[in-house]
Amino acid sequence: MKASRESRRAASSDTAPLARTHRPEPVRVIGLTKRYGDVVAVGGLTLTVRRGEVYGFLGPNGAGKTTTLRMLVGLVSPTAGLAEVLGATPGAPSSLARIGAMVETPALYPYLSGRDNLTLLAMQAGVPRRRVQEVLEAVGLAQRARDRFVTYSLGMKQRLGVAAALLKDPELLLLDEPTNGLDPIGVAEMRTLIRRLGDEGKAVLLSSHQLGEVEQLCDRVGVIFRGRLVTEGTVQELRGRGGVLIRATPLDRAETGLVALLGRDRVTVRGDSLYAEADPDEVASITRHLASDGIDLHEVRREERSLEDVFLALNADQEGGGRADDVT
Amino acid sequence: MMLRSYRSELYKLRKRPATWVVFGVWLVLMLVFTYLFPYLSYRSGKSGADAIKLPNLLPAALPTQGLLGYAVWGGSLIVVLGALTLGSEYGWGTLKTMLSNGPGRLTVFCAQVAAMFTSLAGLVVVAFVCSALASVVIAASTGASIAGPAAFALALSMAVAWLILCMWCLFGVVLAIVIRGTALSVGLGLVWVLAVENIIRATASSVPVIAGIEKALPGVNAGSLVAALGTPAAGSGGDGVAAVVGGGQAAIVVALYLLLFGAVGALLLRRRDVL
Repeated sequence: MKASRESRRAASSDTAPLARTHRPEPVRVIGLTKRYGDVVAVGGLTLTVRRGEVYGFLGPNGAGKTTTLRMLVGLVSPTAGLAEVLGATPGAPSSLARIGAMVETPALYPYLSGRDNLTLLAMQAGVPRRRVQEVLEAVGLAQRARDRFVTYSLGMKQRLGVAAALLKDPELLLLDEPTNGLDPIGVAEMRTLIRRLGDEGKAVLLSSHQLGEVEQLCDRVGVIFRGRLVTEGTVQELRGRGGVLIRATPLDRAETGLVALLGRDRVTVRGDSLYAEADPDEVASITRHLASDGIDLHEVRREERSLEDVFLALNADQEGGGRADDVT
Repeated sequence: MMLRSYRSELYKLRKRPATWVVFGVWLVLMLVFTYLFPYLSYRSGKSGADAIKLPNLLPAALPTQGLLGYAVWGGSLIVVLGALTLGSEYGWGTLKTMLSNGPGRLTVFCAQVAAMFTSLAGLVVVAFVCSALASVVIAASTGASIAGPAAFALALSMAVAWLILCMWCLFGVVLAIVIRGTALSVGLGLVWVLAVENIIRATASSVPVIAGIEKALPGVNAGSLVAALGTPAAGSGGDGVAAVVGGGQAAIVVALYLLLFGAVGALLLRRRDVL
């Protein structure tokens, strides 16, 4: 109890306690924990979001993604751990002024029009009024800006929520499922917008269930299960090197040849085929090697693990082996 | 930063239909209960101790008659306004939007309170203008004097009206923050103002312990403050105007409630998680 109080005090002090660098990373989190009674929503989370990268935050429902985002904007106090957002404590006005956030669903005033909602937020944040029109156009809502928020479809609300997040031209964007409810064109437009923001040097922390989206958009990905970060890396790193499926005869000679070329640990037999872990640029040498040994190649097919495969495998690992580590 | 937040909160209140509905209902009820019904009662020629006297309805009595509805039923509507304003922020989830948009929590809270107090000041001014017009109409229709009240008395009356409304507004705000929603906070606020305080008042005369509690109630002190300015109570007693405590004590207690509600609201909003 005492330790958690001390951590809370540390987290709530106005000067962030993490080591200073000349230009701090937009998000640095060490051992961030949030407990609700006996339930641990986030347990010892450590991650860094770098400047100019789109960071994908993946996890199943209830994994702690939204709680983490809430802590990063100061809506929820951490029970323990340290966090620094744009060089300041989460929730400090100095950091919030440079953050655009859409946490959970877009929450705006139903009786106000889209434009009035943004005008209100612009007034509060000290943003020039002309910026309202710019962000409305950026998310494709300029034509419906005069309609009241309550009349908007889910997709339009989502667009307006993203527009609100963009209003301050922020250095860091925290987006929780930003393409939720958008039509396919809207999804494509939103993805282009988010990727462009990353390319412009902004940091984007994107929470999403859509694995394909994360695969397309994100420079790095963190996967969270039961409040803990279980893996982190680039999409390529998470997917691994992939492999080659080979149907060849005679199979035993092909296997011997492949083991000689790649090593035993990279070759497995799958029914009447061989599977070799290999980078894409190794495929040509593999086929050449087997052909030169007089082996008939019936099929050589490149196989890559998708992020979905990785995610499902991690999920299976957590479900199978994670019980002892269950944070609740 | 505070000024920006204050302007944005005023913008929200101004654009919100519920604000205008509450203010409109408030003005209509005020005119009906403070001038129309008493005037009809006077015209009916009823005599007795609780009979309405014409001078109470004339412009000269504006500082006292104009205050009649503030203590209880006027206050109850303003409790609704306070609970609606903050409770809706929780219900719509807009509190998290406002809090994550930039200024600190205390800045947002103070701006919201300041904007509500400003709008209540406007309401008091409009209410006294309407009361003045009603009293002039009554004076003209009865051939009585249309001479106005003393400026100081009028200003003091308006200040008291504003103080009482601000207290009830913050009561609604605190309920909304404690409950984190609208419906229950509105319901509890109305039950407190219209039922609980009345029951305590009714039993206070027979139970000494309750008489002590009665003297500490916000509505009782608001009613005593209004009574201290010379406002005559309506015959039904439903307006809550009664000199249960002295005017000075009532003013201090109302001001203390204002500070207490403000402090509790600020503390809870600052410390609690916003989910």
